[in-house]
Amino acid sequence: MLIVVATLLAPVYAKHVAGTDPFRSGLSAKIKIDGKPTPVMQQSTEGLGLGVTPIGPTWGPQYMLGADGQGRDVAARMLYGGRNSLLIAGASTLICLFCAAIIGIAAGYSGGMVDGVLSNLIDMIWAFPVYLLAISLSIVMIGKSFALGPFEISSGSLIVPILIIGLVYVPYVARPIRGRVMAINQSEFVMAARGLGIRRWKILLRHILPNVSTTLIVFAPMLMALNIVTESSLSFLSVGVQPPNASWGTILQDGQTLLYSRPWVSLAPGLAIMVTVLLLNLFGDVLRDVLDPKSARGR
Amino acid sequence: MLAAILSRLLRMVVVMFGISVITFLIFFATPSSDPAARIAGKNAAQETIEAVRKDFGLDRPLYVQYGLMMQRLFISQDLTSFANRGQKIIPTVMAAAPATLSLVSGAAVLWMLGGILTGITAAAFRGRWPDKILMGLSMMAVAMPVFWVGEMVNLVTQNRLHDTWAFSWVPALGYTPFSQDPGLWFRSMVFPWLTLAFLYIGLYGRMLRTGIIETYQEDFIRTARAKGLTGRKVLLKHATRSAIIPIVIMFGMDFGVLVGGAAVLTEVVFGINGVGRLTYQALKVLDLPMIMATVLYASFFVVIANAVVDLLCLLIDPRMRRA
Repeated sequence: MLIVVATLLAPVYAKHVAGTDPFRSGLSAKIKIDGKPTPVMQQSTEGLGLGVTPIGPTWGPQYMLGADGQGRDVAARMLYGGRNSLLIAGASTLICLFCAAIIGIAAGYSGGMVDGVLSNLIDMIWAFPVYLLAISLSIVMIGKSFALGPFEISSGSLIVPILIIGLVYVPYVARPIRGRVMAINQSEFVMAARGLGIRRWKILLRHILPNVSTTLIVFAPMLMALNIVTESSLSFLSVGVQPPNASWGTILQDGQTLLYSRPWVSLAPGLAIMVTVLLLNLFGDVLRDVLDPKSARGR
Repeated sequence: MLAAILSRLLRMVVVMFGISVITFLIFFATPSSDPAARIAGKNAAQETIEAVRKDFGLDRPLYVQYGLMMQRLFISQDLTSFANRGQKIIPTVMAAAPATLSLVSGAAVLWMLGGILTGITAAAFRGRWPDKILMGLSMMAVAMPVFWVGEMVNLVTQNRLHDTWAFSWVPALGYTPFSQDPGLWFRSMVFPWLTLAFLYIGLYGRMLRTGIIETYQEDFIRTARAKGLTGRKVLLKHATRSAIIPIVIMFGMDFGVLVGGAAVLTEVVFGINGVGRLTYQALKVLDLPMIMATVLYASFFVVIANAVVDLLCLLIDPRMRRA
């Protein structure tokens, strides 16, 4: 368990362990293997012997997992890419929970017109397939830099995938939050508080928010797991993280053309995603059992 | 009842109208999207952009453009592609639909069977080793990106072990229509089906297991037990039957979304020219009429699935009829 956590945290201290620069392409670079210098891009041994194939896994400190199509160290890119993947997933989770909480609470607590408009909006976005919405937004946003309020966001920025991934899942969280708020609003202790003449916003802060926050916390790890997969899918379709930035998804995309000759370029990030998502989901299960004992009964 | 159905239909139309407007606005009115500049290319001269704008009718007011597009899509049905002029939109979408439909329906059969079997087996053996193995496997299935599973499947079946007895029957990537060669159609779809179904078997299996175990706490299960029914009968006839409702709901939604084009990743990895891939390609070159058609096509299935699911719930669970 400890090893896994250390590995997962590796992207954070990537700078200190990575042997080679992950962004410099090394088409003519050479490294030493068994004392002999070996070119990173090797003469192809298949077919006519034309063209080059990137070096395979060396299992040494440099090019541990081999190189990608541009002679970049896959292991180093894995570490840096992992940092981006985790950053995007984490930040988009926060954005999603924040927006969903506001929309869900507003709709559930105020009811009436506000609820009608917000719920219909949620339904409408819900009917939009997630990937289509994400791809559409990405294509529009990646094309050019644009201004968001006072901030200028350049097209290659990581903020673009963070925003997109954060926003597309808002309906999926806002809907249950709205239901939860409505249920709490009808519960006896809120009725009692209202009967005592406590003001509306105070009931909201004191009674409703704490009860909703457990729901939000339970959502967080699952959502983050989902976001990691979404990021990799978008990057795989080349509408997520933009080069030269790396993420596990972009490495997978790089590995696509090398799949048959150098499968490790694809295998490594895929395994990394799998292990991370697996752990997040397990953590989410544990968290739910602790915070929401009702659903844990019978286990 | 009739009024309920009518209001439901009206709602569906309103939702689809909303979606078409959102799609239109995303591509025409967001600050960074100037369709004319995109069609003209990256470093096009100002005059070229202006010419393109005029040529494609993009210099008219937005609502006129929207109305024209809708009119040509639904009424005269002669909307043509921006990227590939002369290509008619509706026949292209219709040509892509069977590939997606065969991919998704085959996978759906597999994942419903697999998911229900997994869920019931795991619930029956809960806490013991078959449960642990099945739940471990389904957790893994949920954790793997579907396109990666597809790549790994391709690596094994198309390359590493392709020349051995095990996988030499797997044809090259691509889709063969059923009407052309049913045998080849089946052989080429086996692995895409398995890949797509894998994730959902994990999801459904876990959900059904939790549902059955929760149902075991209910009074009617205790009654059934007290009546002296066998454990198997209680599990299959009582617990599973009530726990399967959420699965049916999920199935309706997932099936609708996938038929509408959400299977894009599987289609791309296995080289199947389905609706998802069509949408993705249209998005990549910003072929606006094609995007509009495919997005509406997709949301049509989502909206239909929503309605069918609601109807099914009413049929299965009488308690909902009062609400």
